[in-house]
Amino acid sequence: MSLHRKASVLPGFGLSLGFTVTYLGLVVLIPLSTIFVKSAGLGWTGLWDAVTTPRVLASYRLSLLASLTAAVISAVFGLVVAWVLVRYPFPGRRLVDALVDLPFALPTAVAGIALTTLYGPNGWLGARLAPFGIRVAFTPLGIVVALTFIGLPFVIRTLQPVLEDLEADVEEAAASLGATRWDTFRRVLLPAIRPALITGFALAFARAVGEYGSVVFISGNMPMRTEIAPLLIMTKLEQYDYAGASAIAVVLLVISFTLLVTINQLSSRNRLTGATD
Amino acid sequence: MPQALAMRTSAPPRPRRAGPAAEPALVRWILMATALAFLALFLALPLVVVLTEAFRKGVGVYAAALRDPDALAAVRLTLLTAAIAVPLNLVFGVAAAWSIAKFTFPGKQLLVTLIDVPFTVSPVIAGMMFVLLFGAQGWFGPWLADHGIGIVFAVPGIVLATIFVTVPFVARELIPLMQEQGTEEEEAAMVLGASGWQTFRRITIPSIKWGLLYGVIVCNARAMGEFGAVSVVSGHIRGVTNTLPLQVEILYNEYHLAAAFAVASLLALLAIVTLVARSLVEWFELHRRTDTTHEQETTA
Amino acid sequence: MHSHRTLPLLVALALAGVAPAPAQKPVTLLNVSYDPTRELYQDYNAAFVRYWKEKTGQDVTIRQSHAGSGSQARAVIDGLGADVVTLALAGDIDQISARSGLVPTDWQSRLPHNSTPYTSTIVFLVRKGNPKHIRDWEDLVRPGISVVTPNPKTSGGARWNYLAAWGYALRRPGGDDAKARAFVAGLYGNVPVLDGGARGATTTFVERGIGDVLITWENEALLAVRELGAGRLEVVMPSVSILAEPPVAVVEKVAKKHGTLAVAQAYLEYLYTDAGQEIAARNYYRPHSETIAAKFPGQFPKVSLFTLAEVFGNWSKAQATHFADGGTFDQIYQARGATP
Repeated sequence: MSLHRKASVLPGFGLSLGFTVTYLGLVVLIPLSTIFVKSAGLGWTGLWDAVTTPRVLASYRLSLLASLTAAVISAVFGLVVAWVLVRYPFPGRRLVDALVDLPFALPTAVAGIALTTLYGPNGWLGARLAPFGIRVAFTPLGIVVALTFIGLPFVIRTLQPVLEDLEADVEEAAASLGATRWDTFRRVLLPAIRPALITGFALAFARAVGEYGSVVFISGNMPMRTEIAPLLIMTKLEQYDYAGASAIAVVLLVISFTLLVTINQLSSRNRLTGATD
Repeated sequence: MPQALAMRTSAPPRPRRAGPAAEPALVRWILMATALAFLALFLALPLVVVLTEAFRKGVGVYAAALRDPDALAAVRLTLLTAAIAVPLNLVFGVAAAWSIAKFTFPGKQLLVTLIDVPFTVSPVIAGMMFVLLFGAQGWFGPWLADHGIGIVFAVPGIVLATIFVTVPFVARELIPLMQEQGTEEEEAAMVLGASGWQTFRRITIPSIKWGLLYGVIVCNARAMGEFGAVSVVSGHIRGVTNTLPLQVEILYNEYHLAAAFAVASLLALLAIVTLVARSLVEWFELHRRTDTTHEQETTA
Repeated sequence: MHSHRTLPLLVALALAGVAPAPAQKPVTLLNVSYDPTRELYQDYNAAFVRYWKEKTGQDVTIRQSHAGSGSQARAVIDGLGADVVTLALAGDIDQISARSGLVPTDWQSRLPHNSTPYTSTIVFLVRKGNPKHIRDWEDLVRPGISVVTPNPKTSGGARWNYLAAWGYALRRPGGDDAKARAFVAGLYGNVPVLDGGARGATTTFVERGIGDVLITWENEALLAVRELGAGRLEVVMPSVSILAEPPVAVVEKVAKKHGTLAVAQAYLEYLYTDAGQEIAARNYYRPHSETIAAKFPGQFPKVSLFTLAEVFGNWSKAQATHFADGGTFDQIYQARGATP
């Protein structure tokens, strides 16, 4: 990477970069630093103790496992949906395509009460599932449902461009060489879309880990069982344990940041290598 | 927030007809049924629930819920918050995209990653930071108290939390767009004697205008819908520091389910408008590109 | 005082709609309260505004904020500009005093009855017909019974519920702390969801149909029956319960800064007048005044009540033993978490 500015003809470098960095510093970095400073006040051992109590560990486990499960479900069904949207013409396809973005646009609180009403014991779906002994609301299953809702568009939107770019001739060549459709899918197409699939999965996962609004209504909020990490942070705040809350937050932030860096690496690699060949 | 949320800038190819290399019809039908059932279950149903529950007690209750003074105050606060947060993040987005897309400098990748950070921070943490910063026991607490300035548990805190949460939206929309467009046109203009601002106004802005609009639309949707972060800094003062999402929660907790869904339906409506607007803007951008390509081809 | 010259002016002003009483600037009060008092303060505030206007000619606007008592205390400490706090338990106001000095340390002696204008108790709310035959505390630990109660870490009502259960178990023959702890653990073993506040728990029980029994404030239970139909719910009074005392206080430092000290003081004092007591009783809070209580026969059944002071000493001890980090509530939940 050159240390010289590439386009020295264009003005505004100092101004735009300066503004950007200042704004970012004031709005994002300084506020974030308060979390680290607060938890630093605990010292390393204090920090370790605060984040490894059974209740805190249970909340991480729940947040991470539920997010992982939701991301897997999103990945599998997201692939199916993306495939169908890209490959099969049907009336209303554009409408369905637009609908995929709903979780981006709908406020999390609205999603939360809607899902809770839907899956609660009196809800349309909850009432139908109850006779089978399946309870969704107030169980980890409900949390997974909510997290799937918000993660789905990430997978679909990451896969669509890649699927669209796939060249037909590779598949036709495989078919003419005698491969079954399933073989073609498994050995030719899947490897081609795998990077995008992983990126979409990671995005859905990252988004789900910190999610609060849509989960807090449908979750039972039981310590050790259905208490997600963000809620535990709120609870600690309420107990004046700012340092403890910050400690938990720090762990979440580190996880999210690592995911973010990984995702950015993956997607820049995708862009460079392209979807096929 | 890589490409997943970015505007689609090339026309999706029309679905191909089934050829010799396609899967059998049965498989196709199963896949389609699965996909549509899944979407109906996970996406459409919640939306339908909001609308049906909103009208469960009739149109009268629905209208009364929306005319309620606290609900109207929530609408005003939500609009005010978005009206401040979105333009600020718009300016930031343009500045960031300009510096990142048109220049090379060390640490560029780091900057891009940092811009994405608010996107991955849990909303509760976002709210908590501002309490740690501006609350009475926070870093600036005593100074603010001495000067009678209230930030948390007042409107400024809500606006700040919203700004934080929506920082990346416009920037990450514009960065790939402007990177794709490169610098030749601007350089040409500069060489021909245009000033920096002229170049920006006449060359850059028109080519990014749809991306800009797209970013504003998604930024706005998120700003108006933010719940977790605002909930921590709000103070829940009725009629004063409750945004629409918070008002939904309050009504939900007061046995006024129909009213809660009525207010929620406003937000759902906003979501639908957002989706429609996004599609329109994508279409316009596509048009702009094909027009530009035609121009280039005819003048070549 | 009025001369011939000023009389026409006053008439003109009166006609213009301006009261000729001593002109005072309108004032705003913020009442930061706990979860179930939403309806109470809606009624009360309207009455107080009228009363104050008649008495002093001043226009007062009262703003309300409601959330779990513990959450509200924390918010006030962090800067939520409350002129008065009307919370669920004295311990929360003590915290405000200890951590921020906004409330004087002797706040509880500033108003009658330990600054508690109305009381309540802890009762059970069950489905109509009481299909699971829930009569008393003992029934709550039966296998197969699902109990709804909020999270004691955030909800004041939840702490009263917890202490009522503990107190009941202590008073059983042969009761001691170990047995009480086992009882409460058994009770929480039957709890499927912990809401953040009393109102959230009521919504869970009533609207979402979770649970067989809701442990809650008496006022909250009676309100639920009124709002959601007597045909769906009924109240069960346990054999013994705790006297729940939700106190009120002026947040002196804030009120002084806002210039609302006099109004704030009057606002709380009005709660003790007959008018205030009647509004409380109408909203299902037990008034101190016997005469007012007599106006609502049958609404407040006699229950054998113990006080917090009798059983637990004071809030700071109760808080430290049960609800602080590592207290009995945490221990109970961790023991549960260990089993699949």
